[in-house]
Amino acid sequence: MKPHANSFTLSTLAVIIFTSWILAGANVAFASPRQNILADYAARVKIQTPGFEGFSTDRGKKLFLSKPGTGKPDIPSCTTCHSNNPANPGQTRAGKAIEPMAVSRSPARYTDFKKVEKWFRRNCKSVTGRICTSLEKGDFLTFMINQ
Amino acid sequence: MPKTPIKYLVAIFAIFLTGTTVQADERYDPVRNQVVIDECGACHMVFQPQMLPKKSWVKIMNDLSDHFGEDASLDASSVKLITKYLQENSADSGWRDGKFMRGLSKNSTPLRITKTPYWVREHNEEVPQRAWSDPKVKSRANCPACHRRANSGDYDDD
Ligand code: HEC
Ligand code: HEC
Ligand code: HEC
Repeated sequence: MKPHANSFTLSTLAVIIFTSWILAGANVAFASPRQNILADYAARVKIQTPGFEGFSTDRGKKLFLSKPGTGKPDIPSCTTCHSNNPANPGQTRAGKAIEPMAVSRSPARYTDFKKVEKWFRRNCKSVTGRICTSLEKGDFLTFMINQ
Repeated sequence: MPKTPIKYLVAIFAIFLTGTTVQADERYDPVRNQVVIDECGACHMVFQPQMLPKKSWVKIMNDLSDHFGEDASLDASSVKLITKYLQENSADSGWRDGKFMRGLSKNSTPLRITKTPYWVREHNEEVPQRAWSDPKVKSRANCPACHRRANSGDYDDD
């Protein structure tokens, strides 16, 4: 009976260690992609602005609601497609629904750096006529994370 | 008792036969390539490539940074993959031309499905003018607003 009991305890121990390892890993994977993207933008801002004090929800909100008037006349604002309220779904110009931009409503958002960059590139150009700065991107994400 | 399985087989075969003839006539293959679905399905439905000729798809894919007034630009490798898929499944790719080649003159390269003679004819006759101004429709390119099963390639709603 003894060897049997031994192997039982050992395998139980292994299962416990393995499970906690997975849980810890899953935890990290949960929190990190979006935080990593933000940290990446912050690092870029710091290079240009040594006194940088962090991203701002208010500035992000202003960017979201603004109508800069320097982009395409048919696409005056982020709200043209994303609606005035980040908690609400938006609509493309071809009538397709867009999931809400607020992280509280769409938890999968801003977790894929390539996707985030692709859409900033396209949408900032359409709305403002130029690319967005890292500061603007970080502010925008911060606003959406706090919605 | 050994007869029953054969009966079933014949029945299944018959259903299969009628099913395929109907499909070949009325359906468009839904897009199954994940890159095409992800990159061409964010702003509108993923249009079935059988609705435009090869040269239209090539022209669309060469001009993604000014795509109907929007920036739909992509990395070079995705552009290459998507262009290949669209060409291989275009209206003029099969052993005979698809419906969307009907009435299309040899030297025209439509950039819109909604500008092809076949599409225009199907919709001029049957769609009342007020249907287009319904806010839920918003655009002619919003096929799923009227064709509930558009994404699966089924446009025969009667
Ligand atoms: C012409 C319509 C349109 C406008 C205007 C627009 N967007 Fe978008 N945006 C989209 C679409 C479509 C998507 C992709 C669909 C999705 O993610 O649900 C998207 C996605 C995004 C994403 C990626 C979200 C994610 O999940 O990673 C960001 C970031 C974004 N937009 C920012 C902006 C900003 C900033 C503005 C204003 C400067 C803006 N958008 C204006 C249509 C638009
Ligand atoms: C950034 C948004 C966006 C993306 C991404 C996008 N499109 Fe479009 N597309 C549009 C808009 C806007 C229109 C014009 C819709 C309208 O007139 O209502 C359009 C129209 C079209 C049309 C013509 C529809 C008609 O009227 O018959 C085709 C074909 C098309 N797109 C193909 C593609 C393909 C292929 C891709 C992928 C490589 C793609 N689109 C990706 C925004 C986009
Ligand atoms: C305003 C509503 C509306 C919109 C938007 C619309 N259609 Fe249609 N379509 C109709 C109606 C109505 C018919 C004729 C009735 C039928 O056969 O279903 C039709 C017929 C068709 C047919 C012929 C169906 C058959 O019986 O073989 C095709 C194919 C088709 N539409 C494709 C499209 C595509 C592709 C789009 C988007 C680019 C589109 N439609 C957008 C309303 C619409």
